[in-house]
Amino acid sequence: MKNELSRRDFVKTSGALVVCFSATSLMEPFATAQGPFDTHPSHIDPEKLDSWLAVAPDGTVTAYTGKCDFGQGMLTVQTQLVAEELRVPVNRVNVIQCDTSVTPDQGTTSGSQSTPTNFNNRNLAQAAATARDALLGMAAQKLGVPADQLTVKDGLVSAKNGRQISYGELIGGKHFDVPVSTTTKRRSPSEWTVLGKPVPSMDRVALMTGAFEFVHNVHVPGMVHGRVVRPPEIGAAVASVDEKSVQHIPGLIKVVVRKNFVGVVADKQWQAAQAAQHLKVAWTPGPGLLPQKNFHDYLRKQPSRDVMLINSNDVDGKLKSASRVLKATYLYPYQAHGSIGSSCAVADVRADHATIWSPTQSVYPTQHGISALTGVPPDKVQVIFVRGSGCYGLNAADTVSYDAALLSQAVHRPVRVQLTRQDEFISENYGAACLIEQQAALDANGAIGVWSCETWAASLGGRPGYEKPGNVITGMLAGFEPEAITPQKAAEPTGELRNGSNAVPSYVVGCINGECGGAGSIRGERVLTHAVKSPFFTGPLRSPLRLQNTFAHECFMDEISASAGADPVAYRLQHLRETRIIDVVKAAAKAANWNSRPSPQRDTPRTGAAPGRGIACVAYEGDNGYAALVAEVEVDQATGRILAKRFIVAHDCGPISNPDGLRNQIEGGVLQGMSRTLGETITWDDHKVTSIDWRTYHTLPLGIEVPVIETVLIDRPTARASGAGETAITLVAAAIGNAIFDATGARVREVPFTPDRVKEALSARAGER
Amino acid sequence: MAAVSLKVNGHVHTVDADPQTPLLYVLSDDLQLRGPKFGCGLGQCGTCTVIIDGRAVRSCVTPVSTVQQQEITTLEGLGTPEKPHAIQQAFMDEGAAQCGFCLSGVMLTAKALLDENPHAPDEQIQKTMSNVLCRCFAHTRMMRAIKRYQRSRA
Repeated sequence: MKNELSRRDFVKTSGALVVCFSATSLMEPFATAQGPFDTHPSHIDPEKLDSWLAVAPDGTVTAYTGKCDFGQGMLTVQTQLVAEELRVPVNRVNVIQCDTSVTPDQGTTSGSQSTPTNFNNRNLAQAAATARDALLGMAAQKLGVPADQLTVKDGLVSAKNGRQISYGELIGGKHFDVPVSTTTKRRSPSEWTVLGKPVPSMDRVALMTGAFEFVHNVHVPGMVHGRVVRPPEIGAAVASVDEKSVQHIPGLIKVVVRKNFVGVVADKQWQAAQAAQHLKVAWTPGPGLLPQKNFHDYLRKQPSRDVMLINSNDVDGKLKSASRVLKATYLYPYQAHGSIGSSCAVADVRADHATIWSPTQSVYPTQHGISALTGVPPDKVQVIFVRGSGCYGLNAADTVSYDAALLSQAVHRPVRVQLTRQDEFISENYGAACLIEQQAALDANGAIGVWSCETWAASLGGRPGYEKPGNVITGMLAGFEPEAITPQKAAEPTGELRNGSNAVPSYVVGCINGECGGAGSIRGERVLTHAVKSPFFTGPLRSPLRLQNTFAHECFMDEISASAGADPVAYRLQHLRETRIIDVVKAAAKAANWNSRPSPQRDTPRTGAAPGRGIACVAYEGDNGYAALVAEVEVDQATGRILAKRFIVAHDCGPISNPDGLRNQIEGGVLQGMSRTLGETITWDDHKVTSIDWRTYHTLPLGIEVPVIETVLIDRPTARASGAGETAITLVAAAIGNAIFDATGARVREVPFTPDRVKEALSARAGER
Repeated sequence: MAAVSLKVNGHVHTVDADPQTPLLYVLSDDLQLRGPKFGCGLGQCGTCTVIIDGRAVRSCVTPVSTVQQQEITTLEGLGTPEKPHAIQQAFMDEGAAQCGFCLSGVMLTAKALLDENPHAPDEQIQKTMSNVLCRCFAHTRMMRAIKRYQRSRA
């Protein structure tokens, strides 16, 4: 049962001794050098085994990780990892996630980087392997038998002569005092008994029975309740606050104003909610917002920070001389993380120390942000991750942690802040709006000779990191500046191909000074990106920019393929040379019984329901997971409504840690992608955001006709472990767009594919009137 | 403020609260129950759902004074980790969750429907679940779990 409880419960009930032992004895003064995780120096030295792992006298293993679980399954797979390497049952492993007092600084849990970081030959994986070898070494001494003649099962080391000794007896309650070995061998996937298996999620029983502690459930002695009052318009500033307007509210403790940050604290949550609602704040008006209709044109015209990712320097000439050139522009809106639970955090900020219970993805960066906001030194700020509702990126988790800290500091008591739904929608860092222009030229035999892509992405703020609390709304309201976009011309690309945002299509060779890192074969190539100042805060939202760029690339590939009169699968394969992306395309097509023919289908009637299929593929971040998706949809040509019937995903993330968890991520990613494709968009008027609740921001509820989702998992035991949480979602808009085209011959180039937009595209079909 | 008496998961509790206080705040703050959660505060998403006299009710928009004489059941009132209720077991068997924040609304809404109409056709289940949101989009598994529960009580 221990694993079913949350970490706080665990610490409270059974693990305190182990936790304290590891926490206090490893506390050292802040290092001055850069930490080994490309992050920040921390007091917990990741090169020491004891920073990662402790074994209690009863043989229970406690592992400390800087990668936490928001529902994507990291708790379960990291438990499996430790259990596998140490050869103990999963129920004897407790994983402590993301707490600045005890876990190593692994930066932010994001970007599909947890598996690459902790499941290859370093960090948690290597620590667990080191611990196993260290324990075998100790056992060899005690039992007088060479280590290679010992076997381990369930934490019990056995010699052939029958003598046995347990991990608890060998090390229980004591430090290993050894460095994490860089050479100790991991257990080979062919030997796995725990990893690679569909172990059910460790938290399911607690979740299903209401025993699980979310950050919303944290209660601290003496805790009171805070609410915030956000500016009604973008860019509005506080002119005055009439504290008398809420003096009649019982239980009110304080009205807190810090520059443009306004909040209230009261004994009870309902009182705080009432006070926030009734507080009279005079705001200066904001500068106003551009009409949403013309927003993408605005993006194109702004000064921008430019990066040339790839340039064969022959693109303009080739486009000019080509017999057939295709052009298309794709638009993607701002979208919300829209976590189902509005964000919540608890803070207890005192004169010389602070404790924050936070749903943040970044406990160490948040430690520094809270320090900047409160003046409490960073090493006196403890940030403890407690799961919030699924975040899918930078939702309001960081900002609400700042809210709680500011309010707690003002009243010298622990304060819990619950954002309202409206607060959440106007407080978070949206997924970026993008404009993507594509051009391609076909050579004489119908192959693509040139692909040129230019992207514009709106950007303001982002992850606060260690230095930039102004990157989220509360930091900005309290007086910190968001990271600015300094306009900059693009230099010619040098070094390795960087495709972390999938701005470079899979079909180009990706050559920089003779080194070709692309997945494809097209030699005429140019990709130029522009970051443009956004009126709204932006930040990572599941598959940030990668989804937007892939939508444009994979739809454009379909357009080119149609123009060449080729089958979209065969035409993709013709331009790919990286085996792993080729394999997922083939696997998805096979599983979907893909009928090889060009799109659109011929002779489909232009009225009624039209069925179609579309494909899309991606090498996520260039090399962090591979997937292909076939979408089968039906287009109601009278209403413009899209009904998705079936999705087939082929997926390769290297060695699979947990096939059931992986399928869960793929299924959720596909449907979340479908929701984002069909209905989700932030809307605004001339001064403020108008998508502020579930009536104005459109998500697909549980009661939809849920499409069939089939997954083909390609296991590659010897490959590097790569990410899996964001691959499938990256493909959905493109695959649906291509299926609509296949069904009807209409191309929708702007997400979301609302019925109106689909009808418009249907009317624009050649010969339509 | 006034003394408010509530019958929750078979136990009677008396708390001091403004009668207009949403039931959710009393359940989660005063009684420290973890099942019902604040999702939207507007009755739009379902995460705050409780069952009151057999009906699924959104506790975030229900004043506490209006439910004083009634039987209130939260997610933790269905079963325990050791002895889960059949619908909880069905969700475990299907692995029907990601973050799990929406589960209270999903399970209690489905349970209230199927308790009243055990043979509810798929269309009715769909219609009822159209007011419930899951942003991890664990829809496939959740709808399968609901059907599994329906079969288990047939």
